[in-house]
Amino acid sequence: MAQKIYAGVSVDVNEEGYFTNPAQWTREMAAEVAGEEGINLTDNHYAVLSFLRERYGKGEALTIRSVGNSGIIDIKGFYGLFPGAPMKKAAKIAGIPKPSSCV
Amino acid sequence: MKRLLILGAGTGGTIMANKMRKQLSRDEWDITIVDQHRTHYYQPGFLFVPFGMYNRQDVVKPKTSFLPNGVNVIFQEIDRIDGNESKVLLKDGISLKYNFLVIATGTRVVPEETPGLKGPLWHKNIFDFYTIEGALALAEFFKTWPGGELVLNIADVPIKCPVAPLEFVMFADAFFVERGLRSKVNISYATPMSGAFTKPRASKVLGALLEDKNINIIPDFYLEKVDNDKKAIVSYDDREIPFDCLVTVPVHKGDPMIGRSGLGDEMDFAKANKHTLQSDFFPNIFVIGDAGNFPTSKAGSVVHFQADVLTENLVCAIENRPFTESFDGHANCYIETGFGKGALIDFNYDTEPLPGSFPFPGIGPFGLLKETRMNHYGKLIFRWIYWHILLKGKEMPIDSKMTMAGKKM
Repeated sequence: MAQKIYAGVSVDVNEEGYFTNPAQWTREMAAEVAGEEGINLTDNHYAVLSFLRERYGKGEALTIRSVGNSGIIDIKGFYGLFPGAPMKKAAKIAGIPKPSSCV
Repeated sequence: MKRLLILGAGTGGTIMANKMRKQLSRDEWDITIVDQHRTHYYQPGFLFVPFGMYNRQDVVKPKTSFLPNGVNVIFQEIDRIDGNESKVLLKDGISLKYNFLVIATGTRVVPEETPGLKGPLWHKNIFDFYTIEGALALAEFFKTWPGGELVLNIADVPIKCPVAPLEFVMFADAFFVERGLRSKVNISYATPMSGAFTKPRASKVLGALLEDKNINIIPDFYLEKVDNDKKAIVSYDDREIPFDCLVTVPVHKGDPMIGRSGLGDEMDFAKANKHTLQSDFFPNIFVIGDAGNFPTSKAGSVVHFQADVLTENLVCAIENRPFTESFDGHANCYIETGFGKGALIDFNYDTEPLPGSFPFPGIGPFGLLKETRMNHYGKLIFRWIYWHILLKGKEMPIDSKMTMAGKKM
């Protein structure tokens, strides 16, 4: 398993850079992961990250549509915050595994 | 008299009615099944309809033909489940008390979720093949279509039978080659996933197959709307793909009754434990198949494997014993690749599809994650197996748990 240093702390990540232990995540680390993706985190970003971590903690599926239905932001806005592949980028920055869309 | 109530007489509900009637004493247990429709559709057959390989008669039969004696059938729409009172209210005002309830109400396509999808071009240039009406309309369209941009789009996941869209484009390739039209038809596959399939090794093998067949994969395309004037699909990040024929796999949802009953997630899929299949809300409610929020394929093979587990666990619950069975997410899918060949994948919650042979290690007769003629015959024979063995809950020579035997790491 690979290790990476974020906010001065060594954390476990997989080959794609996703946290394998979401408990190691902090807000400061999120800012650094976001920087690697070319994103500057705002309060809106953090609101989405909290939502994703909470949902992940409850074992619920993470989908773009579920973020759109969350009341925090609509899908268009989600794309605006995390351009290109919002769910994959947001999950990476939120320190949770890459969502495996149902097969 | 105690009652086992089953909601939905599709694949899951029908198998459970057959299995549970054998388990429960007729003197003690009434089994009642409720469904609003009288026709059973062989949904895997819909894929063959647009290409004229199957017609309506090949894929429909009356539901009552597959239900055993000693099961009461009610054809009526369901209003909602009252879990606190252990009763189900039907649309005509009838209330049915139950001791145990099985939710098997499946999933449905909801094209209305996407602006413009069910607009002026619906069933003129835009078709779905997940309903019999859409599949038949597309068959008519293809008879005289001179060619152009053929775009298959998956609006969102999860969808029923996640390999069906791949099979569709490979069938389309073969269909237009055989008609001498392939040079006039450009085939694109626009998907919200990052490749042809979600699981890495299968995605690589299936992606390479599409490339060989000159089918363009457009990944990470998340559909926002359909522009009917421009004849184009538009993604949330403002990419446009023009089409002359759009084959859509619309957004899927569970039955709205699940939502009204407060038993589902935001897509109306019933929330349940992925191993025990017990509802998250009430211990005497269980969920099977497409109706649930299980993180595995929405497919008949999954329902079939779940039915073995659910039968055991329901009996445990009825006898007030701890559960003895756990569902591992096992799915087994034949994939038609065109020109008389097919592939096969076998996987579960934890193990992605791997190459090898199935069901007998080293022998087969089916090949895993590779194209063979035998796999194609497997799919064709399966229609007979479905009507005659699977729906009736009879034994099949395939274990409900996935096995690593015959798989190559």
